[in-house]
Amino acid sequence: MAKITLDNLAHSYLPNPGSEDDYALKELNHVWDDGAAYALLGSSGCGKSTLLNIISGLLQPSQGRILFDDRDVTHEPTAARNIAQVFQFPVVYDTMTVRDNLAFPLRNRGRDERYIAERVQEIARMIGMEEMLNRKARGLTADAKQKISLGRGMVRKDVNALLFDEPLTVIDPHMKWELRTQLKKLHHDFGHTMIYVTHDQTEALTFADKVVVMYDGRVVQIGTPEELFERPEHTFVGYFIGSPGMNVIPARIDGNKAYVNGSYVELAQGYGPLNGKVEIGVRPEYARLSQTDGLPVKVRRVEDVGRHKIIRAEFFGHDINIIAGEDERISADMNRVSFDAAHVNVYANDWRVQGEAA
Amino acid sequence: MEKTVNQKAWFLVLPVLLLVAFSAVIPLMTVVNYSVQDTFGNNQFFWAGLEWFREMLSSERMWDALGRQLMFSGIILAIEVPLGIFVALNMPKSGFWASFCLVLMSLPLLIPWNVVGTIWQIFGRVDIGLLGYTLDKLGINYNYTQDTIAAWVTIVVMDVWHWTSLVALLAYAGLKSIPDAYYQAAKIDQASRWKVFRFIELPKMMGVLMIAILLRFMDSFMIYTEPFVVTGGGPGNATTLLSIDLVKMALGQFDLGPAAAFSIMYFLVILLISWVFYTVMTNLDKREG
Repeated sequence: MAKITLDNLAHSYLPNPGSEDDYALKELNHVWDDGAAYALLGSSGCGKSTLLNIISGLLQPSQGRILFDDRDVTHEPTAARNIAQVFQFPVVYDTMTVRDNLAFPLRNRGRDERYIAERVQEIARMIGMEEMLNRKARGLTADAKQKISLGRGMVRKDVNALLFDEPLTVIDPHMKWELRTQLKKLHHDFGHTMIYVTHDQTEALTFADKVVVMYDGRVVQIGTPEELFERPEHTFVGYFIGSPGMNVIPARIDGNKAYVNGSYVELAQGYGPLNGKVEIGVRPEYARLSQTDGLPVKVRRVEDVGRHKIIRAEFFGHDINIIAGEDERISADMNRVSFDAAHVNVYANDWRVQGEAA
Repeated sequence: MEKTVNQKAWFLVLPVLLLVAFSAVIPLMTVVNYSVQDTFGNNQFFWAGLEWFREMLSSERMWDALGRQLMFSGIILAIEVPLGIFVALNMPKSGFWASFCLVLMSLPLLIPWNVVGTIWQIFGRVDIGLLGYTLDKLGINYNYTQDTIAAWVTIVVMDVWHWTSLVALLAYAGLKSIPDAYYQAAKIDQASRWKVFRFIELPKMMGVLMIAILLRFMDSFMIYTEPFVVTGGGPGNATTLLSIDLVKMALGQFDLGPAAAFSIMYFLVILLISWVFYTVMTNLDKREG
């Protein structure tokens, strides 16, 4: 178990990267605390897997250093880093039995057979495959194979970190829930540093203490699920987290008012002059539809998703989503929207601007 | 509802039936025909029953040829399969050199059989051949026209030169189909190079290797042109493999009856061995599944 430090790290798949666009992973400084559970969240191709492979040593970074505690491991091979990693698609050794598959990482490290047998039994119980230990791995379902991969990742107790690269993609929903709970429990029991890559926000938010959101090769925000929800630092975070995502509307800011097409929205804080693309962001949860208050909207449709209703509307030519409680009555003459001023964020060129107390 | 009977669909099958009849069934039946008849010339045939088969089965000549043939196929399989795998493992995985290697490897496969024979026939000659001349000057007694061992070494090396590429290319295709994640997982699991081969590469290559082995077995078991061009079956009968012997019997001595019986048994042996191969392989597959 170790603290992992990324120091000025960047990676490009091109031999001679020039502009910043050539980098799959843009310059990054970050410390992964010892024993914490992180989720690495982002859409496909944003550099999540690249970052993971650099940490495990499968990829050499173009620049920067990686430290495990205080040891520089940038140029050390994977084997020397003592890391466990589980991949998106199941990797099993077809010709071996399930038991031998699980024992493989321990045998390769020369652990004694008694300890191995014990450990394999334990892991098999954890992934629910005790009855299948003597079967050949070939011909098992994708589900079962991925459970074996997970098991192989967890079988070593002394790893520096456990990395998961979208491990539950191929697993069916009910098992997904169970395995995620197991992982969480594993983390709780052994306190491994865990990094869990996913593009599924529910998975990220339930698994991790801290969520790292990546966008276009860059880490845009690191925070607790609550922070990501309340104060997205980047419009991408607002849009990516939440269902539906944050409403982002172009606006002009003057002091503590945001002007949208001549009408204005009250802000909780005051802002100085802003340059570039200026927008306000407000989550659908903090917008309210009514007959009297706020700015005019055109309601297009109302979707009842069970726990609440989602109102899809048009606001000065922009799409806007509003969430209303399940019991709230929505009537045809409700055509105004108001925002909870404390939860309206202001963005300049996609990055959040901190206001001053008004 | 009553179905109308319409047998006209048979006509659709007719072209195929005709094609197969002329390309396979009729020639084979001609051979069967010869194998059970005898003639004293003048195109007069009379029934001989299983006489030829009996004669062939007790003929030392055929058993010797079969023995040599099995030894030849055995030796070239034992060399070409491991060598092909070894070459495939060491070929570049991508880029210019990968294409270069692929083209280079394919070259021997594109050369006609009799040309391959001629190349090696000349290559091995002591008077003008590069190989023969060099070996001779080095003081090694090498003469494939007189020495049995030299003759065998020459035709084996020739076959290895000609066909190892096929095994290598098939093995390479098998290797290329292994996803990167397997190698990455093996690194994480700290598997040695040998274990990567034993537990990832070999199992994933098994399918194409089976095809390679089967193809090489059948092909080598029927080999005729190359050894015929190089040694003509000599010295003596040392490299007279089955098909060389068959041609000698049928065209050299004009013993059509025995040769036909020989052909049929030859055909059955290939069929039998291929079938055994196939069954054993597929069963291995199932047992592991």
